[in-house]
Amino acid sequence: MTLEIIGISVLWLFLFGYVIVASIDFGAGFFNAYSLFRGKQHILTRIIQRYLSPVWEVTNVFLVFFFVGIVGFFPKTAYYYGTILLVPASIGVVLLAIRGAYYAFTTYGGLKHKRYTYLYGLSGLFIPASLSIVLTISEGGFVTETASGIQLDYWALFTSPLTWSIVVLSLAAVLYISAVFLTWYANKAQDEPAAELLRKYALIWSVPTIVTATGIIIELKDHNPEHYSRLIDVWWMFALSFILFAGTVYLIGKRKAYGVAFGLLTGQFLIAFFAYGISHYPYLLYPYLTIYDSFTNEAMAIALIIAFIAGLGLLLPSLYLLLKLFLFNKDYVQGKRDDHA
Amino acid sequence: MGNEESVFFSRVLTELTLSFHIIYATIGVGIPLMIMIAQWVGIKKQDEHYILLARRWTRGFVITVAVGVVTGTAIGLQLSLLWPNFMELAGNVIALPLFMETFAFFFEAIFLGIYLYTWDRFENQKKHLLLLIPVAIGASFSAVFITIVNAFMNAPQGFDLVNGELVNINPILAMFNPAMPTKVAHVLATAYMTSAFILASIGAYRLLKGSDHIYHKKALLLTMKIGLVFSIAAAVIGDFSGKYLAEYQPEKLAAAEWHFETHEGAPLMLYGILDDGEVKYAIKIPYALSILAHSDPNAEVIGLDQFKEDEIPPLYIHYLFDGMVTIGIWMTLLSLVYVVGAWLKWSFIRTRWYRWLIVLGGPLSMVAIELGWWFAEVGRQPWILRGIMRTEEAATTSGQVDMMLILFAGLYLILAIGSVVVLTRMFRKNPVEQELADRELEKEGDKR
Repeated sequence: MTLEIIGISVLWLFLFGYVIVASIDFGAGFFNAYSLFRGKQHILTRIIQRYLSPVWEVTNVFLVFFFVGIVGFFPKTAYYYGTILLVPASIGVVLLAIRGAYYAFTTYGGLKHKRYTYLYGLSGLFIPASLSIVLTISEGGFVTETASGIQLDYWALFTSPLTWSIVVLSLAAVLYISAVFLTWYANKAQDEPAAELLRKYALIWSVPTIVTATGIIIELKDHNPEHYSRLIDVWWMFALSFILFAGTVYLIGKRKAYGVAFGLLTGQFLIAFFAYGISHYPYLLYPYLTIYDSFTNEAMAIALIIAFIAGLGLLLPSLYLLLKLFLFNKDYVQGKRDDHA
Repeated sequence: MGNEESVFFSRVLTELTLSFHIIYATIGVGIPLMIMIAQWVGIKKQDEHYILLARRWTRGFVITVAVGVVTGTAIGLQLSLLWPNFMELAGNVIALPLFMETFAFFFEAIFLGIYLYTWDRFENQKKHLLLLIPVAIGASFSAVFITIVNAFMNAPQGFDLVNGELVNINPILAMFNPAMPTKVAHVLATAYMTSAFILASIGAYRLLKGSDHIYHKKALLLTMKIGLVFSIAAAVIGDFSGKYLAEYQPEKLAAAEWHFETHEGAPLMLYGILDDGEVKYAIKIPYALSILAHSDPNAEVIGLDQFKEDEIPPLYIHYLFDGMVTIGIWMTLLSLVYVVGAWLKWSFIRTRWYRWLIVLGGPLSMVAIELGWWFAEVGRQPWILRGIMRTEEAATTSGQVDMMLILFAGLYLILAIGSVVVLTRMFRKNPVEQELADRELEKEGDKR
């Protein structure tokens, strides 16, 4: 295993972590706003607040970790992606900032207004949409390099069906992941009505998730044949991912073992995410940038990997403690304890 | 938009982001230590007031952390978005502390969540206090790592540049560059100092606005003591920073002190204005610059005459430097008189006008933080990486930076208004007298 592969695998794993925890967060915000809109807020709000309050800050760090790490391991990405992404990434950051800050303002600061609930819910959909554009750009075809620099062709980007399919997939996946997790969480909290409602959402959003995911693979055939053929090479990973998907839907449908269902869902996305990543190899940006020509020097790579292992040694026990105290603490989950400052 | 314009707007946007972020970052680094001290004193003295102090500070702290987190994310991304050429080069050499900062921050975020939601979970308050230690360590180490990156920009080392190629890279050597010790120490000390004075300012304000509760008096004395300790520390470190500059960045020191010609026994220029290359109305302290630079009144101090015209920073940094130092000394004296006065029972420290000065001290300390960072950054110009890369070579070639400037200015305005409104409402709705009374009732309820 080369240093390049270790580096990108670590980053990809953290990005996966972000996709899962952020999806739960974004989806929760949307369901909360939607139920307020439908006048059923009493069913969901308590459950969602309970889960989100102690962990919202941690979610953000996964993303920061990814973009700091990628510039560390692959400094050339700073030049390529930094130049191209000025506008989309800035919009993403502004949305994230408003969402994060106003979450704290409303939860800890008692700023209560319907407006913020809607703002919070909708921004949670715009953020994955704006961030997922990066994946589309990485497929190539929207960026040209000339003597004067690199240019992003916005027109081509926003008229491409690939862009919109990836946006739809990101939205569907956010809502699906979130609904499955919250079904489990509500069930643990012995909140029947909430669990039932979220179970319904989970089943609804499972369909567009799998349909758009399949659609994107087909669209890549035209857009990036090289990537497509490598995708087909790892067909067995996608098959495995689909089996796990079917398992989740079956369990949710039968109202059985919600915890296992969420485990299967994590497995489904992990495998699909890595299958996509592996088939994308070695390119970071088709056709300009590969993990080899953008890689940092060996001394830095080794230093980063050592720092990463040391950091993980510190983080994993802390994360475990966080989960133990809140996610797996019966009294807390069921709302019998609230020891907020 | 030409490249010159993208450079200009990139600089303005970075300055705006940093100037805004540093307010919340400074509070974010300093307050956890203050909470820790208050809670510890409360446990030691078995004094409910100090514990409540810690608890109320925590509530406010969460709001400022939220803004600090999101603006920190913004600046983290803007480094790559606005300065892609710089990050491509710097990423090769100084990525390590940037990477470690995310871990420090991760650690802080996790334990802050835990600390916040376990206030009454433990019978033993000490256990709860233990949870705060990782928060304070994480917060301070975030500052340490980020400041290391900034120190590297001032004194790059740990690599060789051969025909434009980076070779012999040593990430550890890059981290422990000559600018690092004084810069890190100065940033930490002033963050603690400023946080203490901001909390003191809140206590003094409550006392002025009619509350005569002992709770606020305890808070005021505690924070003024902490502020005094760290303002003295900041002054001592400031002296070392002067010596560092004389050795490694003489052009920055010379520009800050309007020291044009290299000579021995250099005087220090305080205040004054620059009129057509001539210094007017300045207070001249003989030999003081030589002492600051080399601890020797007769030592030679390098002047601006040793540098090319296009390699010296703008001379207005003199005002920034003087402003920062003046506020620092003023706050040291103000807190010294208060602490001594409390000990010797001088009555004038309890007068309205003295309390107003303390109220003013919090915002003033924050102004000093801003001046200090502007001085640090403008004083490094025209370089982004001193001696290696000029600022204009580092900027993005994108033509949309001006739009992004408007976008982010709007964001910071929203965040500023939001955080101020929320913080004032939070404490106005639930004044400490009310909360103490509520707690009394609750306890009696428990007994019954």
